[in-house]
Amino acid sequence: MNPFSSGTRLRDMIRAIRACKTAAEERAVVRKECAAIRASVSENDHDYRHRNLAKLMFIHMLGYPTHFGQMECLKLIAAAGFPEKRIGYLGLMLLLDERQEVLMLVTNSLKQDLNHNNQYIVGLALCALGNICSAEMARDLAPEVERLMQFRDPNIRKKAALCSIRIIRKVPDLAENFMHPATNLLKEKHHGVLITGVQLCTEICKVSVEALEHFRKKCTEVLVKVLKDVVNSPYAPEYDIAGITDPFLHIRLLRLLRVLGQGDADASDCMNDILAQVATKTESNKNAGNAILYECVETIMSIEDTSGLRVLAINILGRFLSNRDNNIRYVALNMLMKAITVDAQAVQRHRATILECVKDSDASIRKRALELIYVLVNDSNVKPLAKELIDYLEVSDPEFKGDLTAKICSIVEKFSPEKIWYIDQMLKVLSEAGNFVKDEVWHALIVVISNASDLHGYTVRSLYRAFQASVEQECLVRVAVWCIGEYGEMLVNNVGMLDIEEPITVTESDAVDVIEIAIKRHTSDLTTRAMALIALLKLSCRFPSCSERIRDIIVQCKGSLVLELQQRSIEFNSIIGKHQNIRSVLVERMPVLDEATYNGRRAGSMPATVSMSSGASLNLPNGVAKPPAAPLVDLLDLSSDDTPAPSSSGGDFLHDLLGVDLSVGSSLSGMTQVPKAGTDVLLDLLSIGTPPPAQSSLSTPDILSSSQDNKMPAPTLERLSSPSSISIQASSPAGAAPMMDLLDGFAPNLPLPEDNGPVYPSIVAFESSALRLTFNFSKTPANPQTTLVQASFTNLSPNIFTDFIFQAAVPKFLQLHLDSASGNTLPASGNGSITQNLRVTNSLHGKKPLVMRIRIAYKMNNKDVLEEGQINNFPRDL
Amino acid sequence: MGIRFILMVNKQGQTRLAQYYEYLNLEERRALEGEIVRKCLARNEQQCSFVEHRTYKIVYRRYASLFFLVGVDNGENELAILEFIHLLVETMDRHFGNVCELDIMFHLEKAHFMLEEMVMNGCIVETSKANILAPIQLMDKAS
Repeated sequence: MNPFSSGTRLRDMIRAIRACKTAAEERAVVRKECAAIRASVSENDHDYRHRNLAKLMFIHMLGYPTHFGQMECLKLIAAAGFPEKRIGYLGLMLLLDERQEVLMLVTNSLKQDLNHNNQYIVGLALCALGNICSAEMARDLAPEVERLMQFRDPNIRKKAALCSIRIIRKVPDLAENFMHPATNLLKEKHHGVLITGVQLCTEICKVSVEALEHFRKKCTEVLVKVLKDVVNSPYAPEYDIAGITDPFLHIRLLRLLRVLGQGDADASDCMNDILAQVATKTESNKNAGNAILYECVETIMSIEDTSGLRVLAINILGRFLSNRDNNIRYVALNMLMKAITVDAQAVQRHRATILECVKDSDASIRKRALELIYVLVNDSNVKPLAKELIDYLEVSDPEFKGDLTAKICSIVEKFSPEKIWYIDQMLKVLSEAGNFVKDEVWHALIVVISNASDLHGYTVRSLYRAFQASVEQECLVRVAVWCIGEYGEMLVNNVGMLDIEEPITVTESDAVDVIEIAIKRHTSDLTTRAMALIALLKLSCRFPSCSERIRDIIVQCKGSLVLELQQRSIEFNSIIGKHQNIRSVLVERMPVLDEATYNGRRAGSMPATVSMSSGASLNLPNGVAKPPAAPLVDLLDLSSDDTPAPSSSGGDFLHDLLGVDLSVGSSLSGMTQVPKAGTDVLLDLLSIGTPPPAQSSLSTPDILSSSQDNKMPAPTLERLSSPSSISIQASSPAGAAPMMDLLDGFAPNLPLPEDNGPVYPSIVAFESSALRLTFNFSKTPANPQTTLVQASFTNLSPNIFTDFIFQAAVPKFLQLHLDSASGNTLPASGNGSITQNLRVTNSLHGKKPLVMRIRIAYKMNNKDVLEEGQINNFPRDL
Repeated sequence: MGIRFILMVNKQGQTRLAQYYEYLNLEERRALEGEIVRKCLARNEQQCSFVEHRTYKIVYRRYASLFFLVGVDNGENELAILEFIHLLVETMDRHFGNVCELDIMFHLEKAHFMLEEMVMNGCIVETSKANILAPIQLMDKAS
């Protein structure tokens, strides 16, 4: 019985599915069918097995689960008849994959079928093996496949060759076994065997350097001859495509020649003539011919320099690029990308054409062309290219703008010849596509602006103009707000006028208008508003005439639903109202941001992904004022007591100044070069309410510095901050007084062994070939039940351990507290150790000794290692 | 590796044949097919036949109501794949006689057998239509 012609029910099912109007109907039909198939499977129904499987394949194609049919495949494969095996193997390839354990069961059937006397069955088995075999199957069945590469029928040989590719990919060690049989395949005449043999050789070259050398020496000439024969072969109807005999074989041969010629002058020389022939004689009016030319160009570009050929290749690409067919232009762009490393000058000649492709209506071509232009840019052509791209930005598709903007920004940053040009271009980009600009790009712009002191006036005026024209571009608004906040007086007084500028008249109130628009605009996000608020605080000092109006705007933010804005507006309001004496120093201009540090940080950290996190970091330059720091420090006489500033201190500060809501990402842009003293002072000034007991805090610097927090309350601040501390102090978790309590609470935890009662001997708690763990004990006399254990781990192996984790478990009568470890990387050969403190409380102290189970996990040479043990040798009286 | 999957999809975006040469689970496959079909079917005749998607390059070609989509590696010769799609269609034409969507739907297994003779593990096995169809015709005769 033929499973396919008798499958009327299969046809019915397909018809039923086709008739379905909705997805729900389709699901219902499929569910019903699956139920029927499951029933049939569980009854072990032989007659309908193949039909069921055919149905399952259709259902699988539609995207429904079909795992329950997997065993049916195996049963069909084990059947004797060819039709059953045929559909069984097809099902195996479609429904199963190499990860499933079921596949193990099929190895035996495969082996039998590979040795079957019916060559079609052998073919089936080879095909299945070639598509799904796993590493284990590859090892088991490789000898059979190797043998079949010498089978009498070429149809089997070709399949065996491809099957070998799969085997080599799974088990590269086997590559050498296939080297000689593969070499023999290249001498065949049958095209199927040739094309598969060539692919097998290419694959072997990829995994084995020795084989590559072997093929270079033994096969280059053979391959050149084969290619010559194919190129010059008379009309062969079976393989002819548009007047060319078997373009697929051409292409695979050219590809293998490329592998052989790459980095080898002799081999390259050997293929010189035939490549020249292919490049000049191949007809380029049909797709098949172009496919060959395309491959040939790639080979010429990759092999060792034979300059005559390169000219040919570049000319072919030039022809491709001016072709009207979009497919051809696409591959030309693709190829030019590779050619640029070989002959940049030749590619530059096509710049104008490539630039036109950036403006193509086809997204695929645009993308390729843009990437190509991006690598073509250099110091000499950056100006015209950037101008073209920015002009195009205006009219480009919205979905292309993101890519285009990113590339333009990158080009401008990388190649800008002078700062003014950079600033001009960035302002153009911001005005056109400010919503697409990435955070790190406008952060960098601000750093550059801050460094270009002679351009401050020019920049702020340009930004003011740009803002008037395009209010809707978020990033433009942010940069404008920042600059007006910093350099507002330059805007109003036309300071630092350049010759190229047209004078503009901006009043103080106009400048404040900009900020007001930014803060009240509905689309402004939190970052923009926060920046605007800080700009207002700065302007309140710079524009005394507008001070009252600014205060009004700030006060309006008191009602903001965002806690952050609300809190800042209250604080700023009180600074404006009550602290005239310090305001001017507090809001002085930002110090020049250090470009080198910023760039270093930027290169080191991943690009910010969430705009919120990096947005927050950008607020930093606005809020922090470096010059005030020094006077304040002097004023308060704090500098000597100050704790060393960890590099992240700016972040802590920012949390407090600008908000806990704005989590500061790792990409904290490194713009802060502010001495810690300044931030601490500001911190205390702005957030900490309750004046602390001043003397005690000054006398305990050591404890402070060893604790996690290092906020140093200052005695003088009492006077300064108390009036403004009304509402904030209660909610402020960083209040100084609680801090002191906390510190007191920490004290007993610090290891202070000398006054800790009786001394216990250290023990080696655990030792393996790779690792030693020692315990040091101490007790507080006040609390005999509790033992402090300091565990220290030493690596005895020559390899470094990473991701080191120590876990411990104790019986119920013990309580265990694990502190965090000193690190998770353990240097090799005892060159360092990890320590970790444990606190064990023994509720049966004096009755039962300590006991502990431990488990240590780490990675050595990227392999997970797990060690376990039990510790019974604690000193008895713990 | 070369070819990573072959899809045949009708104008409405319904899959009519799917053959993957690397493992993707059901959800991944459905998502991938949906994304690719949306991307490719939205393009017009003048635009080029190549679309980059995730790590794939999709080479596609439309024959009447049926789209042939082939996902390949980045290093693959796009024009050759285009030619391969045409060879596949010609082979099916020779067997079914002017192949259409319904032929493939109702003879899914045969379409797969043909594909099996042409591509294995993502590599091209055979490019002669006679050689590809020989085993299938033999089987038809036997039944």
